[in-house]
Amino acid sequence: MFVSDKFTELQIDALREISNIGLGHAVTSLAEMLKGKIGMDVPHANFISMEEVIEILGGYEELVSCVSLELDGDIQGSVFYIFNKSSTYKLVDMLMGFEGGITNELDDMAISSINEIGNILTGSFISAISDFTNLKIIPSPPIFAFDMLAAIFTSLITVSGQPEGDNVLTIKTEMYRDDRIINGFFFLMPDPVSYEKLFFALGIED
Amino acid sequence: MQLLKIVNDLHVGIGEYKISRSSGRLVTLGLGSCVGVSLWDPRNKLGGLLHVMLPNSKDFNNINKHEKYADLGIPLLIQEMVKQGTSKNMLQAKLIGGAQMFTGVNQKKIFNIGERNVEMSRKILKEMSIRIIAEDVGGNKGRTMYLDLATGEVLVKTLGKNIKVI
Repeated sequence: MFVSDKFTELQIDALREISNIGLGHAVTSLAEMLKGKIGMDVPHANFISMEEVIEILGGYEELVSCVSLELDGDIQGSVFYIFNKSSTYKLVDMLMGFEGGITNELDDMAISSINEIGNILTGSFISAISDFTNLKIIPSPPIFAFDMLAAIFTSLITVSGQPEGDNVLTIKTEMYRDDRIINGFFFLMPDPVSYEKLFFALGIED
Repeated sequence: MQLLKIVNDLHVGIGEYKISRSSGRLVTLGLGSCVGVSLWDPRNKLGGLLHVMLPNSKDFNNINKHEKYADLGIPLLIQEMVKQGTSKNMLQAKLIGGAQMFTGVNQKKIFNIGERNVEMSRKILKEMSIRIIAEDVGGNKGRTMYLDLATGEVLVKTLGKNIKVI
């Protein structure tokens, strides 16, 4: 979490750009795993407040799934992926090779496949940023939750170490295969010192 | 507590508190590792609800919002309620939340935060001589809580489970 007005336009553009690169790699990895063509668009990458995130994702009590990885090494912080209920079920259908509309609850198998996808997407995102910046970033194994959005989101924010910040880098992603579209939201949350390192590595300082 | 009747709900945001009296409900949505602390004065029908995010403000520099922290937020809520006409020894506390939302490898920080929020809230309330008369804490489910200002009852909602009244 960080207050966006502390960043210059150039810095925000740079963050959008590395997000695009990272997620580009992520979708390639996913397509390889699923042995099929998967498209992904990244229509929005923005700094928005916790309240806005909650509104966009469907409200405080919306049932969502979340895969989160903690970052260590040169960059400290966390990354996480959140899918709302319908996108979670669609994602499971896609991963399991089901027709659309089959999945309507999550069993252990489904949870483990979402976990795996979250792990692949965030893992390749991180390695792309790592390659691009020459920073060493080590992601932890994934943790998973499927419950009320606000309960999950605030639990992640509170451990970010910056509870006084207001805005978080939110990247909307649209994954599609054939005629199915799955909306997900990806969040990058480095601590303040790591942001400095990131900008330095990108050659953008104040 | 009447669920089917349209009631006047006053929403308490994340890391905020609100105080109200007589009728309607104070509500806070989606408590995960956060803790909802409700205080209620049965004689004056005055209620307060605080949404605590973190246990200890001393873990951080630059504190802007006291309400986010159990150690600062609870005394603040009590102080404001006293200003509105209650006395400290009338207040009854209830604690809701403090869950561990995630499964997977143990991430100590995430693992402890809910528990630490609960422990700190209990400690501060004890120091201020406020009785805790009910709790629904821990576990791994998110919770929404409603404080009924007329009865002092707290209603706890979790996804996929029955509503609980404490």
